[in-house]
Amino acid sequence: MSAFLTVGNLSAVLRGNRQRVLRSVSFSIDTGEVLGLVGESGAGKSMIGKAILGILPSAIEIIEGEIVLDGQDLQTMLPADRRRLIGATAALIPQDPLTALNPSRRIEPQITNRLVDILGWSKADARVRALELLNEVHIDNPERVMASYPHELSGGMRQRVLIASAFAANPKLVVADEPTTALDVTVQKQILRLIRDLQQRHATAMVFVTHDLGVVSKVCQRLSVLYGGKFVENASVPDFFAGPTHAYSRALLAATPKYTDPDASLVPVDEAVIEAVAAEVAAADEEWRHAR
Amino acid sequence: MLDGRGTVRRPLGARLWLSGCWLGIMALLALFAPLISPHDPLAQDLFAGRLPPFWVRGSDPAFLLGTDSLGRDVLTRLIHGARIAFAVALIAGLATAFVGSVLGLLAGYMRGWVDVLISRLVEIWMAFPPVLFAILLIAVLGTGLTSIIIAIVVIDWTRFCRVVRAEAMNQSAMDYVSSAIVAGRPRRDILWREILPNVLPTIVVLLTLEMGIAVIVEAILSFVNLSISTDAPTWGGMIAEGRTSIHQAWWVLAFPLGVLFLTVLSFSQFGEGLKDRFDPVLR
Amino acid sequence: MHDSSGAPKNPAAAGVLVSAKALDVALPDMAAKPVFGRAPLIRIINGIDLDIARGSVLGIVGGSGSGKSTLGRALLRLIEPAAGTIEFDGLDITRLGEDALRPVRRRMQMIFQDPMSSLNPRRRVGAIIADPMQMHGFDRIDGRIDDALDHVGLPRGFRSRYPHELSGGQRQRVGIARAIALEPEFILADEIVSGLDVSSQAQVLNVLAGLVGELGLTLAFISHDLSVIRRICDQVMVLQRGSIVEYGDVDRVFDAPQAAYTRELLDAIPLPDPQQANW
Repeated sequence: MSAFLTVGNLSAVLRGNRQRVLRSVSFSIDTGEVLGLVGESGAGKSMIGKAILGILPSAIEIIEGEIVLDGQDLQTMLPADRRRLIGATAALIPQDPLTALNPSRRIEPQITNRLVDILGWSKADARVRALELLNEVHIDNPERVMASYPHELSGGMRQRVLIASAFAANPKLVVADEPTTALDVTVQKQILRLIRDLQQRHATAMVFVTHDLGVVSKVCQRLSVLYGGKFVENASVPDFFAGPTHAYSRALLAATPKYTDPDASLVPVDEAVIEAVAAEVAAADEEWRHAR
Repeated sequence: MLDGRGTVRRPLGARLWLSGCWLGIMALLALFAPLISPHDPLAQDLFAGRLPPFWVRGSDPAFLLGTDSLGRDVLTRLIHGARIAFAVALIAGLATAFVGSVLGLLAGYMRGWVDVLISRLVEIWMAFPPVLFAILLIAVLGTGLTSIIIAIVVIDWTRFCRVVRAEAMNQSAMDYVSSAIVAGRPRRDILWREILPNVLPTIVVLLTLEMGIAVIVEAILSFVNLSISTDAPTWGGMIAEGRTSIHQAWWVLAFPLGVLFLTVLSFSQFGEGLKDRFDPVLR
Repeated sequence: MHDSSGAPKNPAAAGVLVSAKALDVALPDMAAKPVFGRAPLIRIINGIDLDIARGSVLGIVGGSGSGKSTLGRALLRLIEPAAGTIEFDGLDITRLGEDALRPVRRRMQMIFQDPMSSLNPRRRVGAIIADPMQMHGFDRIDGRIDDALDHVGLPRGFRSRYPHELSGGQRQRVGIARAIALEPEFILADEIVSGLDVSSQAQVLNVLAGLVGELGLTLAFISHDLSVIRRICDQVMVLQRGSIVEYGDVDRVFDAPQAAYTRELLDAIPLPDPQQANW
């Protein structure tokens, strides 16, 4: 079957200075597949996830390219239709479990609202589904959690709630935006396993945004490395960790901490490598400007 | 290379320039009022009463903005009024800022009983209705410019105190304060050298707002005749007089009202503009 | 400045620089504060004993809420301990007053987690580095600022910049420059690379590791990241809920962890390796 999500030649600019922040990005994801988007801060990895979900900040404007979700081109749709399609097929697991939940509302409506408002479920059905999901994310006492306020839960617990709420409407695509960055390692491991289990069980297509190559190796089948809003390497996970082809990816992998091999990890990235990849991005920009 | 840090330039705020120009002109007029103004602010000429401004038929070119019902030149009185308004704004504003900020800094940085004492005082103070408080104070102190300034300081220091206290508390929690302690800097030094510079932008913005408020308070007290002597040229007094003859001579009311409005607006915009322009963190 | 070849690794031979005995720290629990009266105290750290030998690097590791940052700050007397003693170079500093503590302050410095909040945003880099030196009456401060910037591999021209004009890694190196400019013997580094990208992380760690050898520094390095700890520490202390669960030489703890919690922490680290066991 054809890909569930296809992003073709997507470019976005900052409205202020018209600088490109996404540079002709193309990729596709099949049902049941997880693609990792990896890069350092400012590489534009989160922006791709936001572009897919239609939640880019207003300072950023998509200027060309297509995002085809479930066979429909989002860029050519009416905004209301686009929102409906995204609401019914896609979901987000956000980075910060603290700010992603409304502090003044109980957990229950925060999970069920979408089911009731967008999918037209009855309140009772939505509640049953919410309890079922909290069970699925291994929350022991779902009744009590549903009646709690966010500040009464621990960070790991809040992230479980957010995962439950992301999978509530049986989405076909989930965008996970650094979902474990704010958590302790032991909790991170549980959460990553949970996301992986749910994704496999529901055969969800997933975009997994992270800066951590260790995390990528655990949950993704393929990955793309970004620099300056441009893909510099696309590879399958086994191939990549056997030996990245691009010099920048190699440097990134060598800089990643690895306690089992302290001498071969945490290698500082050579200035020359950064300059080379920046030059590569600049050259691609030049070419793109010519083509227009 | 791809990093935009430091290259983003903020537009040279138009509001800073517009408000700055207006305040500058007003300040110069106030400073040189006796040299500039075409007439004596107190000179009455009942035969030249209620002359309209220059573009209206029946005006006298000697009185550009017309005269009031007693035949006093409106332009002259506006210029002299600026004198009083600016004196009040400057002295009352700075004094209020000083008193409120020092107490706020101490409360926010020292915490403990100092904070409890100052905060309780602020809470009690703010329970008094400010206008009644002002009238009461003037009644005790007697009318006059000094009384007005004292009344403004006594009433408004709480405005600075509360905001500065909160900001000082925020800044005290920052690690650069811990790092100054690690470096061995004495506690009182940290307040002036580390915290004050970071609270200063807030104080400056509040100060300009306070100057605007001082101008308004002075105008209100003049309006209800609690300022300096009734025929002295104050904007508030002019507005009070203009109100009685609004149907016959609108300009007596309109000009001081407009000038008052623009001046108060300029003060607040000037503060915001200064912050945008000169705060290294925002820049 | 100092000779690096003689940096001893053996605590017994070198003597202990920083030590704590039965250290407890308790903070008031504001959530449980009654309307009148004092808030009840919660224990943050419990009965910690530690010795850091001159010239060695101690890693302090644990999850959030383990008390690792509190312990670090208590060692520097930024937080008052509830019980126990802290000694610095044989001097009991547990109850020293601010004035008596000042000469010791110069000898024990700290590098903070968030370089943005630990560098005064309204002062230039040069002033930030110079300030503590002026206070302690150093001479030829100008030259020392240049030296400090050279040591951390930043261009001297950075003196006139503001912190927000620098990248995260550069800011953190300014934090290191400020700390070493006072020529301290002991430095506490609190999660100093956790907010950085991997590329600058490696760079900052390298700079710090180089300085430890070059200047003969003694270091306490707080981190939640065991991989980073292994890279630069000689000893490691694993904390859980304010108590020590394991304390020993780095290689021993990593290769043969004794405590279940240490093993759990190690197992939970996602290595950049798709074949990693137990995942």
